[in-house]
Amino acid sequence: MTKSILAFAEHKEGKFKNSAFEVVSEASKLAKECSAEMVVLAIGEIDQSAADVLSAFGATKLILVSLSELNSKSPVSGIQYSPSATAKVISAVAGKESAETIVLSATALGKELAGRVAVMTDSAVFNDCTELIAASGKISAARPVYAGKSIISISSDSEKILITIRPNVFKPERKEESNVELIKMTPDDLAVTSADFSVAVKEIVVSSEKLDVAEADRIVSGGRGMKGPEHFNLVEDLANAIGAATGASRAVVDAGWRPHSEQVGQTGKTVSPSLYIACGISGAIQHLAGMSSSKCIVAINKDKDAPIFQIANYGIVGDVFEILPALTDEMKKVVSQ
Amino acid sequence: MKIIVCVSLVPDSTTKVKIDSNGKSIDENGVSFILNPYDEFAVEEALQLKEKNGGETIAVSFGGDKAKDAIKKAFQMGIDKGVLIKTTDSEFDSFTVAKNLAEYIKSQDPDLVILGKQSIDYDGMLLPSMISEMTGLPSTSVVVKMEINEKTITAEREIEGGKEVLMLQMPALIGVQKGINEPRYPNLKSIMAAKSRPVEEINAAYSGNKVRVGEMKMPPSKSSGKVFTNGKDDVSELVKLLREEAKVI
Repeated sequence: MTKSILAFAEHKEGKFKNSAFEVVSEASKLAKECSAEMVVLAIGEIDQSAADVLSAFGATKLILVSLSELNSKSPVSGIQYSPSATAKVISAVAGKESAETIVLSATALGKELAGRVAVMTDSAVFNDCTELIAASGKISAARPVYAGKSIISISSDSEKILITIRPNVFKPERKEESNVELIKMTPDDLAVTSADFSVAVKEIVVSSEKLDVAEADRIVSGGRGMKGPEHFNLVEDLANAIGAATGASRAVVDAGWRPHSEQVGQTGKTVSPSLYIACGISGAIQHLAGMSSSKCIVAINKDKDAPIFQIANYGIVGDVFEILPALTDEMKKVVSQ
Repeated sequence: MKIIVCVSLVPDSTTKVKIDSNGKSIDENGVSFILNPYDEFAVEEALQLKEKNGGETIAVSFGGDKAKDAIKKAFQMGIDKGVLIKTTDSEFDSFTVAKNLAEYIKSQDPDLVILGKQSIDYDGMLLPSMISEMTGLPSTSVVVKMEINEKTITAEREIEGGKEVLMLQMPALIGVQKGINEPRYPNLKSIMAAKSRPVEEINAAYSGNKVRVGEMKMPPSKSSGKVFTNGKDDVSELVKLLREEAKVI
């Protein structure tokens, strides 16, 4: 049997996420370099047309495990899904397909699954990678450490490797669409039992329809210069005008002005959107670490010596309370064109 | 209730990273080390559970002699016992750390294991799920709220744009996220009491990294950008540049 590379594709209600395109596209490139076959795995109910979308990123074969069939093995009824059973499915499919390399996205789910699948399959883990290199059939990678203050290159002698790639970093190339072969596997095919459901998600609460900073391609962040939680509507207005997520510095999260899920930095989220607009953020080292890999950084701050200007591509020195409304209006005009 | 907290020592988040002459790690000269901030939440959660249910709290760390400082910080907050799983290796990956912690945890039969969702140095986020698989303890991570009812834990975990509510049976392992509690500051009395508390040392039972670090590099430096100084009068020029030059709008 030829070697294969397994890509785990995440979807939402049957529609593949952008992170799935990134994973499939990168796995497909690695497969080519390593003369291996790429196999994609998804858990859920996916129809042919949704599956075919993956062909544009190099997929030819999609293994599908029904979520309701999988959940029927759970000893507790009414669960959404089980992270431990999901890991079991990935590991079992990797075994069946003789996949020596497994690729996941470093999403909340991917990060939870990575350690489990690595132990189950005895794989070395290259996690949260921002660069993948395949040469003479061997894969190595680069990943940021210290929240992006430095980058390490990693390799392994292990035959089995599990890779997670940081969302939003790899830009998938879209090719022409064709048909993807759907292969259904049952939990019994994969020897899933009730013992695999050691932990189960019983409810998923969407806190808001707002985009999360970790996933967003554009972010508008506010810091102490916003002077109080009551002024963050200015940050939100700009974010809404350009379809961005709202972020925050540690200072304002610690002060209770914003939820910690918005915190960008070394003790918050590390992000690399196309556009990052920092409003009233001076740029403490731990904040810069979390966002300096953004492609385009715009800083608005009244202090011309603020460290944020040293890494900004564009900056305006001035009063955020005057600049933000003007910027929001201007953006609305441009975006509507 | 017997609770094990896994702790690690990390460079302070205000550290400016310089690369060591070995080319593969940071230069530790002049760097101040702290208890991993996420582990502080783990220690606090363990202390609150002990205050409520009684029992014993143990802080365990894997590393060289220096790792004892993490345990001492945990003592100062109020942890009862400390164990260092000692290694002389200077390089270890998540698998090695997880394996050693898992062996220790299995030998102790705890009711609960709590650890930070990640350390702020290598940001692996792998330990909770790896240790879970190695010990067979049910687990979840990035937990912002947990409640224990008899032997059932209901945990809320942060995901993109929302939360998941999970159920686990004890004994279990929980990786904690900022927001779960407010870690206490050690007071003079607890700092004094911590001084005499001994750290038990055991030798690492497992070595054999799966991942090798080649070199450490600094991220590509940014060339200095365009900074305007006329406040809101520069807004239209900025937007024009974002559209035509940076092409991000």
